[in-house]
Amino acid sequence: MDRAVDRRLHRLSGSSAGARGAATSLPRPAVAALAAVPIVTLGLGFGWPVATIIARGVSWSAIGDVLGDRHILGVIWFTTWQAALSTLLTLAAGLAPAWVLARYRFPGRVLLRSLVTVPFVLPTVVVGTAFLAVLPDRWHRTIPAIILAHVWMNLAVVVRTVGSRLGQIDPQLIDAATMLGASRWRAWWSVTVPLIRGALLAAASIVFLFCFTSFGIIRLIGGPAHPTLEVEIWRRTTQLLDLRTASILSLAQLVIVGILIVAVGRWQRRPGSGILRSSLADRRPIGGERWMGGTVAGALCLTLALPIGALVVRTFRVTATSWGMGAWRAVLGNETIAPVADPRGSLIVSVRTAVVATVVAVVIGAAAAAAITSARRFGALLDTGVMLPLGTSAVTVGFGMLITFDSPPFDLRGSWVMIPIGHALVAVPIVARVILPALRSIPGGLREAATMLGASPLRTWWEVDRPVLAKAATVGAGFAAAVSLGEFGATSFLTRTGSETAPVTISRYLSRPTPLNLAAASALASLLMVLTLVAIVLVDRRRAAADGWL
Amino acid sequence: MNAVLAVDRVTVRFGDRTILDRVSLAVAAGEIVALTGASGSGKSTLLRVIAGLQPIESGTVRWAGADLAGTPPHRRNFGFVFQDEQLFPHLTVADNVAFGLRMARVPAVERAERVGALLDLVGLSGFGSRRIDGLSGGEAKRVGLARALAPRPRLLLLDEPLTGLDSDLHERLIGDVRQILSDAGTTAIHVTHDRAEAEAIADRVVALRDMFDITQ
Repeated sequence: MDRAVDRRLHRLSGSSAGARGAATSLPRPAVAALAAVPIVTLGLGFGWPVATIIARGVSWSAIGDVLGDRHILGVIWFTTWQAALSTLLTLAAGLAPAWVLARYRFPGRVLLRSLVTVPFVLPTVVVGTAFLAVLPDRWHRTIPAIILAHVWMNLAVVVRTVGSRLGQIDPQLIDAATMLGASRWRAWWSVTVPLIRGALLAAASIVFLFCFTSFGIIRLIGGPAHPTLEVEIWRRTTQLLDLRTASILSLAQLVIVGILIVAVGRWQRRPGSGILRSSLADRRPIGGERWMGGTVAGALCLTLALPIGALVVRTFRVTATSWGMGAWRAVLGNETIAPVADPRGSLIVSVRTAVVATVVAVVIGAAAAAAITSARRFGALLDTGVMLPLGTSAVTVGFGMLITFDSPPFDLRGSWVMIPIGHALVAVPIVARVILPALRSIPGGLREAATMLGASPLRTWWEVDRPVLAKAATVGAGFAAAVSLGEFGATSFLTRTGSETAPVTISRYLSRPTPLNLAAASALASLLMVLTLVAIVLVDRRRAAADGWL
Repeated sequence: MNAVLAVDRVTVRFGDRTILDRVSLAVAAGEIVALTGASGSGKSTLLRVIAGLQPIESGTVRWAGADLAGTPPHRRNFGFVFQDEQLFPHLTVADNVAFGLRMARVPAVERAERVGALLDLVGLSGFGSRRIDGLSGGEAKRVGLARALAPRPRLLLLDEPLTGLDSDLHERLIGDVRQILSDAGTTAIHVTHDRAEAEAIADRVVALRDMFDITQ
């Protein structure tokens, strides 16, 4: 009790001693050196391109022209409402599974929980191809198909975010409401809903953000008829060579997404309305609950499996009426199906790119995380700075790099390094997001304990923080690899003929929607899916091992 | 009294709250002093001041006559037993106890001997290879004590080391701690809110009757 009071006082003081345990013990020069890594690399690779976009896009007349353009206003409107509708439907579809997975214990629950996250970690081109495979042809290039794919991908966000909150609510809290005269519905609305409201808002804003910046799904499923902002930026740049309009659209995208990110941050930081944390929150279902729970779990399984199953089946459907191995022969044996000549090569390019991008992203992300947890005020600023590439969407990253590194001293047109660098920039925030909570979960007292046992500040960091950083970094590496393998937005701008990555090759196949092309795209997407899942499963193993810290 | 540790008119403020106001305390070599007082009276803060973990606004902390102001906590050679142990979860029991010896560059052979001796001292012989998360509350407390004692600190600071145990275990550990401290012969300051615990363990009990004044 004494401790609790002390702790509150320390926190109140806000002085350097007050933040006891909050920051690492690294001495200033070391922190400065670590902070320099993300500042220099992100400044060059991201800040400069964004500045270029702004310089190109900002002029009142140009902004007036573009915003007066009915077509573009239509694009912005469509981007917004499809994202809003996708978000609402994802929430609606995710609540029941979230409840069942959080509150009931049943065989296979752990497995089902990890299966839910599969669609979320799959590359967007794989999801896009899978939905083309599962939906009847007349649904292709329609808005409902886009929205269904968005819901399927983002279900995990709702199930995980809301579910983990639901799992913390002590059922006795509901009992208490019931004993005070509330009906079951009343208890749900007056106790459960207020307690999960923060999680609902957080999940909704994240899903909205993903759908708003959706690129791969829209390009593959929607086709040219339904462009979102991202697709329009890409079309203006690569098809119409209208860089001015593309710059202004990127700018609009930056502003809108920036506002969203700030809002998300607010909701996430809002302290969860207190208490909670209970190990009694889940139990075996009884009576009618078994029926309900079984139905929900079954429907969830089916929903998760259907598109993936269809993707694999489609690989054998070589014409509208016949089945065969033609697509696999093309992909594995490197036979040409127009317009793709080297499908196997594209997988190799993807793997090579992922290796380079992962190394770069982990170095930058780890240095950033170490600096953020060590620097006090400045740390928060750096934290925001490192997260920016995530917020600005991959398309903006790719577009910015394309229009920036086309002249000395950095003339990288056609250089192979552009794509891994672009991927690394997209992955850095994710790597940092994986490492940061691990470092922050280190109890400050451990560092004090090391100090009192004679460890210098640098030594304390090495003994206490470094082991945690190393473990979290390997987890981050898996995610970075998965991101790079599936990256499509930035790559679409930076790709060059002859060294396409697998996602670009899949989109090439799908640019000619014959059955054989869809089969070949499905085969390549299946292989890409396996590669991505291998990276993620390795991560999960590692994370389980790292749990000893928490 | 010939004081080896002399805290002289120390003041600590958090924002506009004064936690310690010109507090003084003297401890003789080999003496075990218990600091008692109500919650929020600043006993733990005083302990952190002596350790060097808590910066002070005014006053001095001296060891054998020398001002410690310029000595960072890791060079004071004071041991600290935390209320919540703060054992390193990635290390075994033996590696936890050996940590301070490693920092002091004690050779491996000697280190292993000392770790063994300390585990014997706290009644945990053979626990060396165990993981931290498998320890009971009482065992963890003992490891925390052994770890703090291992580098032979010239002063041992114990911050409510026996709080949060059930009463049987609490009683048993009071006797053990008293025994261990007198066997080790270390000068010690023991912070507790439990009057009986203070009387049982310490040579002398100092009460912080109100936050701002330590009377001797």
